[in-house]
Amino acid sequence: MVRSQRWKGAAFTVPFQLGFVFLYLIPIGYAVYESLYREHQSGLGLGGATEQFSGLANYRQGLTDSAFLHSVLRVLLFACVQIPVMLLISLLLALFLDALSSRVAGRFRILLLVPYMIPGVVAAIVWINLYSPDVGPLTPLGKVFGLTWNFFAPSMVWPSIGNLLTWHGIGYNMVIIYSALQAVPRELFEAARLDGASEPRIALSIKVPYVRGALVLTGMLSIIQMLQIFNEPALFRNVTPQTVGDSFTPIMVIYNQAFNAGNYHYAAALSVLLALILGLASFLFYRLTAREAD
Amino acid sequence: MTLTEERRPASPVRRLTRPDPASRSRGGQRFLLLGLVLASAYSLFPVWWLLVAATKNRTDLYQSNGLWFSGMHLWSNLRQLFTYEHGIFLRWTANSFLYAGVGSLGGTLIALATGYGLARFDFPGRGAVFACVVGSFLVPIALLTLPLYLLFSKIGLVDTPWAMLIPCLINPFSVYLAKVYTESTVPYEILEAARIDGAGELRIFITIVLRMMTTGGATVFLLAFVNTWNAFFLPLTVLRGEENWTLNLGLYNWTGKRLESGVDLTSLVLTGALLSIVPMAVMMVAMRRYWRTGVTLGALK
Repeated sequence: MVRSQRWKGAAFTVPFQLGFVFLYLIPIGYAVYESLYREHQSGLGLGGATEQFSGLANYRQGLTDSAFLHSVLRVLLFACVQIPVMLLISLLLALFLDALSSRVAGRFRILLLVPYMIPGVVAAIVWINLYSPDVGPLTPLGKVFGLTWNFFAPSMVWPSIGNLLTWHGIGYNMVIIYSALQAVPRELFEAARLDGASEPRIALSIKVPYVRGALVLTGMLSIIQMLQIFNEPALFRNVTPQTVGDSFTPIMVIYNQAFNAGNYHYAAALSVLLALILGLASFLFYRLTAREAD
Repeated sequence: MTLTEERRPASPVRRLTRPDPASRSRGGQRFLLLGLVLASAYSLFPVWWLLVAATKNRTDLYQSNGLWFSGMHLWSNLRQLFTYEHGIFLRWTANSFLYAGVGSLGGTLIALATGYGLARFDFPGRGAVFACVVGSFLVPIALLTLPLYLLFSKIGLVDTPWAMLIPCLINPFSVYLAKVYTESTVPYEILEAARIDGAGELRIFITIVLRMMTTGGATVFLLAFVNTWNAFFLPLTVLRGEENWTLNLGLYNWTGKRLESGVDLTSLVLTGALLSIVPMAVMMVAMRRYWRTGVTLGALK
């Protein structure tokens, strides 16, 4: 390729590069910079605050901040339950679709994707109202079976959010797994059938190993999203602030520190910590699943 | 890297050997259908409930069976929604369209140019740019949004439409999609032929490449639009006054009114929630072909 042509090619990427510097690199750098400073009240607090370099003090505080650590643990624990359940349902549905004629499968696929079309905030609003003891149909339904459930009780709030996320996510994950299934060579099934393998057996020993890549990927995307969960608990907090506290998830802690406590420096340090946790979790997950695949 | 979605029609053999399967036993087939019907019912009933709830007046909302109609009050609900606080809901709708429409259009153009540059030119630093694109997938929103808020407030952009529009212009995921699309749809030979004919690089991009990438561009735009329409953390952080809010932000605020000030806006919230789905549904149905490839492409991330 001619030299001048290369540079013209590079020119196509210049607007993005500039934007990336201003909207990604500088903000991240600024957050790291801010995280190294602290505000100090001078004198009697009358002279206003001054910023002083404090090294890693904000990080030390973050690593011993029980509200922050609890929020991370809470979300990780929740992820360990909700993500496998959601992916298992998605996998089952994808296997079901794969076993049907493509015409029937196409119809069901569209129906199952409907929740994915609903914006996350609206999905949360709808489920909060379904759960609501005043307007929701679930409370009278429970009474029919002799159940009195309160979806906003402390022990129920995670299952309630988990059901909302599962409802919202199975369609999307199912489509990804289903497209991976479509790529499995059909000859394999014929061979297995000739050997007398049953259909569930074929699904378990041929299809599932083939879509392991898709499962790892959807799992990874779900973990990244889960560690940053904010919208759903924020909406739950709107109707049940006594069970969903202001430090319910890591991002809520950060938001609260920045905008309610006005402590940007500390909030910046916490968001850097969260980024590191996110990177570590993705790396561990990847290593763990990659090793199993060998 | 291939697109499963586009590859599928290319293997008609498989279609002939299908309805293979599981279906040999009738019972097995019924079991599968039952499972799928139940899953579909689970997926659809909340949407159905929302549709029914939007047609009820306040008394029936609280007292009648939630899964069936009781009187038809959709129009009066809509009138109430559009006139509440001097039509603030319409304002939010317009804002959502502005941010999602204009922001995604600009973002898509930038992404297509970048994707094309990355896919079809070998310039120094190309690897670094691509590494930035992929690396940014792991950056949590809080790490970007908080400092962005501080920087925007220093230059007076907080609480203006620009605070929403500018971040939408740079979307690494769109760039990634655009690069993958260019690789699969724009052959080197055509570019070479155009160059031999003496066309300039910019002209090649505008008259040839953009035209070949209509499908890819539509997918990128669609996904960016949906993303911006659904955004919540960014608008919550950078928009203060309610005249600049998005639909999501407005509905969020209304759901909190009941505990905050005792005003029960449930009926308005539900009608508004239903309306905010409509543009999504229309876009997704109208662009179904593009959207499907987009969903599966997302998998290759």
